[in-house]
Amino acid sequence: MNRIHTLFKNKQERVLSIYFTAGFPKLENTVPIMEAIEAAGADIIEIGVPYSDPIADGPTIQDSNLIALENGMSLKKLFAQLEGFREKVNLPVVLMGYLNPIIQYGMEEFCKKCQELGIDGLILPDLPMHQYLEEFKELFEQYGLSNTFLISPQTSEKRIREIDEHSDGFIYMVSSHSITGAKSGISDEQKAYFKRVKDMNLKNPRLIGFGISDADTFHTASSFSNGAIIGSAFIKVLKESKNLETDIKEYIQSVIK
Amino acid sequence: MIRVDEKGFYGKFGGAYIPEMLHPNIEELKENYEQIISTEEFKTEFNSLLRDFVGRPTPLYLASRLSDKYGAKIYLKREDLCHTGAHKVNNTVGQIILAKKLGKKRIIAETGAGQHGVATATVCALMGMDCTVYMGELDIQRQRPNVERMKILGAKVVPATSGSKTLKDATNEAMRQWINNPVDTHYIIGSVVGPHPYPEMVAKFQSVISEEIKTQLKEKEGRENPDLVIACVGGGSNAAGAFYHYYNVPEVRLIAAEAAGLGISSGKSAATTVLGTMGILHGSKTLLMQTEDGQVVEPHSISAGLDYPGIGPVHAHLYDIGRGEFVAVEDEDAMKAGVELSRLEGIIPAIETSHAIHALNMIEYKRDDIIVINLSGRGDKDLDTYIKWGGY
Repeated sequence: MNRIHTLFKNKQERVLSIYFTAGFPKLENTVPIMEAIEAAGADIIEIGVPYSDPIADGPTIQDSNLIALENGMSLKKLFAQLEGFREKVNLPVVLMGYLNPIIQYGMEEFCKKCQELGIDGLILPDLPMHQYLEEFKELFEQYGLSNTFLISPQTSEKRIREIDEHSDGFIYMVSSHSITGAKSGISDEQKAYFKRVKDMNLKNPRLIGFGISDADTFHTASSFSNGAIIGSAFIKVLKESKNLETDIKEYIQSVIK
Repeated sequence: MIRVDEKGFYGKFGGAYIPEMLHPNIEELKENYEQIISTEEFKTEFNSLLRDFVGRPTPLYLASRLSDKYGAKIYLKREDLCHTGAHKVNNTVGQIILAKKLGKKRIIAETGAGQHGVATATVCALMGMDCTVYMGELDIQRQRPNVERMKILGAKVVPATSGSKTLKDATNEAMRQWINNPVDTHYIIGSVVGPHPYPEMVAKFQSVISEEIKTQLKEKEGRENPDLVIACVGGGSNAAGAFYHYYNVPEVRLIAAEAAGLGISSGKSAATTVLGTMGILHGSKTLLMQTEDGQVVEPHSISAGLDYPGIGPVHAHLYDIGRGEFVAVEDEDAMKAGVELSRLEGIIPAIETSHAIHALNMIEYKRDDIIVINLSGRGDKDLDTYIKWGGY
């Protein structure tokens, strides 16, 4: 049983997942940021693998990707930084990345390395479900990696059921028609969508992401799901931070209070 | 047989590698487009607009002085005479009718040289639809006249300010905006790139080019098939249109001219088949200029329309199986070829097209060969670049 399964077995409510881009703001920040997220009381760490062309991301995460690449971050570098991180970090860790850098690394090598290091799951936003089933599902299973798919307000009930069937870990509910960081606040229309999916009684836990930025949006989203994911708002904290450890702690605690 | 399979692949290339947020849009398009475009109603509207609005068929012109110089019988397929000045409008006419039938209210598009942006703004004006065009900030500077044209036509031009600030980044931005507006908006992609079904759909709309070449060549030469067809390739829509009905006619050589920029090994190039490896960009698996770590490399070409780090999946396939012959033309040689055509034939070509003209110097052919060059666009938009280059 990987750490994601254990987490959701023990905690079904207000699960907080925090996203950050590896190599941002500084190249060597990766593991210290993970330690600070854990110390502050979040539940899942989502590490973004930077990519030159992140088409599902808004300006904040685009910029962090660009800066991370300029800092010299790459998948190889990230894996080198993550050697031995399990001595310091206990939370479930998910890698989020666009497909191209991973394919260039080699999907099997990548999965194998993730397992060796103690990574629990993957979110690959541009890996379509049928391609996953055909090419990669067996690999992910062989190396004990949970795969997370996204759904959006446009996803049909039939497809949500299919995604639920093939997901293992949690489902990432994109909160609105949007790229990351695009909107703030949660509308009645979004609530209706959250409720519609909640009432489907899916087998996988659901985390809501995109547009979650503070205590209010976190708790509102959590009331319709098992928790939420914060990305752009956290990147902004990192960008402006003078002291990562204390600022991360202060921000995360302000969200979960 | 060169054709797309059910999953959107040409051999190893193609597919639909898209975020789930775009899945319903792509699915809607995939489920409906073939049915819609095969109806008589669609065909009638499409064909009458191509004839009366675009000005088709475009001439197949025997370029005598160019033929004399190169020692072959060279025909120019005059796509530069299309309304708006390039072949791009063939596709936008098709897609705007499709968008209407799908009940869409808004159009978005990316553009490099601005030709596709202008062609999109034009059909949006024609149909009374709201239009936003994403264009790299650098391209906005170097293709100023096309930006002005789009604005006069009522389109909003939004600069893409990320990355190399060119076509790739404009495409990223258009895709993001489609994710943000998935219900009422149709995205008119301008080349044979993007997720399935775009590459095949755009190629079908452009295939009118080779359809006409066949008929016209039959009239002029008594044969449908030339010995060679030459076209330039950025994403590759004009080449796809000019090659389409010849894909599976092996005796017709298909020559694709890529942009070598300042030279293949200069680090400032856009010659994808030479410098690229298998990768995923803008929703399809194709040849892609990238680093060892899988980051997309910023390309360079003097022509904004060829300044793209990938290539349509069908062209990657033509290259892979050896059906297409690819040449890489440097900026300087393309500019010379553009001026040469201007002075031999009285036709100032778009700089993109000039790459195809220069290809004549890079391939072997026989004296009695019939060569068709797809003259994809006119050079009005490039006057600044020509003037700066040649000091005219």
